[in-house]
Amino acid sequence: MDIERIRKDFPILHQNVNNHPLVYLDSAATSQKPLSVIETLNQYYREYNSNVHRGVHTLGTKATDAYEGAREKVKNFINAKSTKEVIFTRGTTTSINLVATSFGREIVKEGDEIVLTYMEHHSNLIPWQQVAKKTGATLKYFPLQEDGTLSLEEVRHTISEKTKIVAITYVSNVLGTINPIKEIVEIAHSKGAVVVVDGAQSTPHLKVDVQDLDCDFYAFSGHKMCGPTGIGVLYGKEHLLEQMEPVEFGGEMIDFVELYDSTWKELPWKFEGGTPTIAGAIGLGAAIDYLESIGMNEIQNHEHQLAEYAIDKLSEINGLTIYGPKEISKRAGVVTFNIDGVHPHDVATVLDTEGIAVRAGHHCAQPLMKWLNVTATARASFYLYNTKEDVDRLAMGLVKAKEFFSDVF
Amino acid sequence: MSFEQLDALYRRVIMDHYKKPRNKGVLPDGNVTIDMNNPTCGDRIRLTMKEKDGIIEDVKFEGEGCSISMASASMMTQLIKGKDINTALKLSRIFSLMVQGKDYDDEQLDLGDIEALHGVSKFPARIKCATLAWKAMEKGLLSTNE
Repeated sequence: MDIERIRKDFPILHQNVNNHPLVYLDSAATSQKPLSVIETLNQYYREYNSNVHRGVHTLGTKATDAYEGAREKVKNFINAKSTKEVIFTRGTTTSINLVATSFGREIVKEGDEIVLTYMEHHSNLIPWQQVAKKTGATLKYFPLQEDGTLSLEEVRHTISEKTKIVAITYVSNVLGTINPIKEIVEIAHSKGAVVVVDGAQSTPHLKVDVQDLDCDFYAFSGHKMCGPTGIGVLYGKEHLLEQMEPVEFGGEMIDFVELYDSTWKELPWKFEGGTPTIAGAIGLGAAIDYLESIGMNEIQNHEHQLAEYAIDKLSEINGLTIYGPKEISKRAGVVTFNIDGVHPHDVATVLDTEGIAVRAGHHCAQPLMKWLNVTATARASFYLYNTKEDVDRLAMGLVKAKEFFSDVF
Repeated sequence: MSFEQLDALYRRVIMDHYKKPRNKGVLPDGNVTIDMNNPTCGDRIRLTMKEKDGIIEDVKFEGEGCSISMASASMMTQLIKGKDINTALKLSRIFSLMVQGKDYDDEQLDLGDIEALHGVSKFPARIKCATLAWKAMEKGLLSTNE
């Protein structure tokens, strides 16, 4: 992988922030965008902006082809069986809410169980709390092992005949843990449960094959994988999506409308009421082209090396704790840490003055913070455009933060 | 940005309040209790006040958060203890303007240590940290007026 060439594709990286060259280590929050994506959006608005699935005019056809072409790209990217299984949404949150509202509330009954993990992002937790409250179902959690991983033994014990839904993240946005989704799906299916996977942190960073995983639903966002904000995907197995009612009604999603009744379009459009995020979808298609031109396996390898390097480097700093699996093969390019005696907010402010962007806070995972017994942490997350030099700058910044807070007093 | 600017943010006096917070704890005989948190970062504070005849006779805080939020809470309790409600609310308004980098009139009130926090205005992402305790105080005092 030619990092220098890749970095040239990301104009935003070439700037000074607070008089230092920017080191962007917050891609788990949102990734930066390559020129090809920016130009695709630009071209859409300059040359063929039109609504989709409506007009007979030339621009309308062009926009529709590009929009549906993006769906085809998504289908191939995650290896769905058909484009009927690819629904465009606003993002992971909307995708999961769609499953929870349309599918969850229908099939979950009082006394049933929904099983989650402690490491879920709020977006794969609260929708299920709501389903449980509405239906009288019980929420259960897979216990976490000490290193922040799941044990398949515990998974087997936790899922019961009453379990209707297992909702789980593929990669933890805090611990970086890569969960054994395929194995969990197999266990869940053997008990008749449906598996919903939060793919927000996995889809940008590793090769995803929904047929191989055999998960029933898979949700992800465009903006974390070099695409624009405001676009995301819900993948669902066709026979499940067929059973589901739309949650949004209006234009675009109907077949026939009469005064007192209406019928819905076929999949996937019955879930895409209103004018969709056309530019976003086309931009996501361009992002997929870009990622594929580099190769998902190469990207994963690169991030792996960076994470390993970062864990080595940061472990040298006295008083610094790194959270998550020690075994590097079990984690993705996310390194979450704390420095003794320095609040992560203060760490992030010192790093910011050095031009280094990291996330500090609870990372939308309050139950996990409780499990870690911290109120907040700092997180560095890597993507294809990060380098070992970025990690060196981070380590130097952290040493400075530590010194600053011990000297000043 | 430089070490000097960081220094301006984390003046010694701030670090002093952070490491040795004044009025830390819970008032057993307090009659106003407010819990407040900053949902974006997880900072939280519990403020207890003993208010009698419009005077804040005593005040304590406990909580978790960054140096800015905890130092600000410590300074705030130090400043409002013994003051009447109107003065406390006035100080809160002055403080809010100060950390936003806006012009303010001290109205000839002694601002004590809080002036050390004016550097926060250069770090917009941290303004909410600085104002957490003050918002709790305002909320508590306004509830006593009802």
